[in-house]
Amino acid sequence: MIEFRGVSKQFDDGTLAVDDFSLVIPSHKTVVLVGSSGCGKTTLLRMINRMVDPTSGSILIDDEDIAGLEPVKLRRRIGYVMQNSGLLPHRKVIDNVATVPLLEGVPKRDAYARAMELLDTVGLDRSLANRYPSQLSGGQQQRVGVARGLAVDPNILLMDEPFGAVDPIVRADLQQELIRLQQELGKTIVFVTHDIDEAFLLGDEVVILQVGAQIAQQGTPSEILANPTNEFVANFIGVGRGKRRLSVDGSVESNGNDLVLVDSAGHAAGVVDAPGGVIANGDSSPKSRSISNKTDQAGDA
Amino acid sequence: MLFAAALAFIFDPANLLGEKGILPRLMDHLLYTGLSLGVALLVGIPIGLIIGHTGKGKNFVIALTGSFRAIPTFGLLLFIILFTGLGLGPLVFVLAILAIPPIIAGAYSGLDAVNRETIDAARAIGMTEWQILGKVEIPLALPLILGGIRSATLQIIATATIAGYVGLTGLGRFLIEGLALHDYTLAFAGAILVAALALVADGILALIQRLVVPHGVSRGMARTTTRSGRRTAPPALTGTPITEG
Amino acid sequence: MQWLWENRDLVFGLSLEHVRLSAIPIIVGLIASIPLGWLANRFRVTRAIQLTLFGILFTIPSLAFFITLPSVLGTKILNPVNVVVALAIYAIAIMVRGAADAFASVPRDVIQSATAVGFSSVSRFWKVELPLAGPVLLANLRVVSVTTVSLLSVGALVGNGALGYLFINGYQRDFPTEVMIGIVFTLIIAVLFDQILVAIGRVLMPWAHGVRGSSRALTVGGAA
Repeated sequence: MIEFRGVSKQFDDGTLAVDDFSLVIPSHKTVVLVGSSGCGKTTLLRMINRMVDPTSGSILIDDEDIAGLEPVKLRRRIGYVMQNSGLLPHRKVIDNVATVPLLEGVPKRDAYARAMELLDTVGLDRSLANRYPSQLSGGQQQRVGVARGLAVDPNILLMDEPFGAVDPIVRADLQQELIRLQQELGKTIVFVTHDIDEAFLLGDEVVILQVGAQIAQQGTPSEILANPTNEFVANFIGVGRGKRRLSVDGSVESNGNDLVLVDSAGHAAGVVDAPGGVIANGDSSPKSRSISNKTDQAGDA
Repeated sequence: MLFAAALAFIFDPANLLGEKGILPRLMDHLLYTGLSLGVALLVGIPIGLIIGHTGKGKNFVIALTGSFRAIPTFGLLLFIILFTGLGLGPLVFVLAILAIPPIIAGAYSGLDAVNRETIDAARAIGMTEWQILGKVEIPLALPLILGGIRSATLQIIATATIAGYVGLTGLGRFLIEGLALHDYTLAFAGAILVAALALVADGILALIQRLVVPHGVSRGMARTTTRSGRRTAPPALTGTPITEG
Repeated sequence: MQWLWENRDLVFGLSLEHVRLSAIPIIVGLIASIPLGWLANRFRVTRAIQLTLFGILFTIPSLAFFITLPSVLGTKILNPVNVVVALAIYAIAIMVRGAADAFASVPRDVIQSATAVGFSSVSRFWKVELPLAGPVLLANLRVVSVTTVSLLSVGALVGNGALGYLFINGYQRDFPTEVMIGIVFTLIIAVLFDQILVAIGRVLMPWAHGVRGSSRALTVGGAA
């Protein structure tokens, strides 16, 4: 469990990036911090491994105030994955994955063996182990980044827009991979993104942030979609613009099993299972919603 | 004609050894170069690494390298010797002073060119500052660090020629004696020897420089450039190998 | 100070000589480097040849150059042309590399859009490529300027060092003041030249305020 207690952060140049922020992040869940650039979400994330220290307030991991912990030791037990993978360009993939275990004094053989397993875990072929990062595609580099984040088997995994720099198809792939991984591993994941679709897809819980890291709304994706607390949230998640308010388009002949859905502006937005022309009643969890909703926000990254 | 005569002088075995021979003077030249470079490295590398790692003192580097390039080393050496008297010490002192700015600049610009994200990531996964410096920054910066050392070495070799003018020897002695005695064959032979030494040293250092380029960076599209224009650093910090002498 | 006053004509004359002898190589270096640098940036083969050739010339110590040039040029060893030619070769060596970097620093999409809006390749060179390469060219020219002014004094050993005469004369007379005055006036000329170049840059390239040039120039003479 990670707990923010009344945390503020003012940078040297005077900007108040985080203003009295409190939040409890439960263990073994994926919590997504989502907001526009400059809302302080990355600052929040970097406070968890003491890359940034708060000006006031405190942060606790399993009820222990991290202000009293040695930053380097703290960072070594927390996985960190960032946007451009942050791999060391002069080291082979295997060495990148094994970096922290080797720093911690794990024997080379064991560290390498574990790194090889991690390549399997993140869906990379073992033959890539001896390549250099520059010889990999962007998506592969991100997978290596995730593998490195998992190398010391941390309880906590911090992810700072890890899929922000790859193309939409690869991103979708990586997102699915992360969902699968999380089902296997059950880490406490704190994920930062500005993409609300990504947030709804990955988050057990989503925290929508405004400037100064003010929490606009916090809840499960369905809670937020069903009940945006204010105009800001409604606009942010697209309800205000009618993108998520879908209705059946009666003008299109259905093939008997699917109905076409349109948004409030009349643009086709998805299909819904409707055997015999009747929409099946939703017993499905948000993650397996049968409505394949496609909005243009995915392309914003 | 002159060229042939100079070559004949160089390849005459009689001129190789002996007190005024080529070999002892070459050895002296290398001694001056090695001592000065050693002193310059001891001073310059730590300063360059500190400035490069912390990012503080960039303006100092720019001012230092800019103004040092303007100082006529030949004049500075003569000036200092007039106070200290002839000797190895003053020569090494002046040559080291000359070599420190390019060494600092090379180390600084090498570290400065390392991708900030790579360093950020290294910190995020729990490397200490020393580990970041030793395992990330220095390996990635090595080609530029060596570039600075290469510049410095060539400047020292070239400028050490002046030693011949202030009562020491080295290959420059042939030049100075030749000029003083109007024996242009001798001067020309000296010029060829100094030039050859500089070219050989440059070649060796260039080779080393190529060998130390980290693997993953030389291959493929290396992403060592930083974002947001951090690379628009001031020009020509490392300076030029040509100098006095 | 008193020595300076008594010898003001000598120092003034040597300073003028210093300005004259160092200005020529700087100007020659700039003019020669533009076509050479453009070629080097444009064609891989010419780049390799030029950089190798000038890299070698650049490595040769200046005094060795001053002494060997007469037999190449057929001049007398005390002729000031030797020193000027040697310094011009250094200037070109620095500038060619710098100019190649300067042209390489012009954003590719700017060139493409200039072509797209209908510049001919000649007018594109004069109106787009050269002005945009200007800041990096200037940065390298400043290095050349400072280096040339400082190097010229070594020419005193072969009879043509302008202010370098004061070094040799002061050393032989065991008179540090004279050497110091030589150093100070050399520095004054270096600063003066630099300020003139900066001022010219400001007039010709008002948009480039704060642009300091390429990082390649950081290692001028470093990596060949």
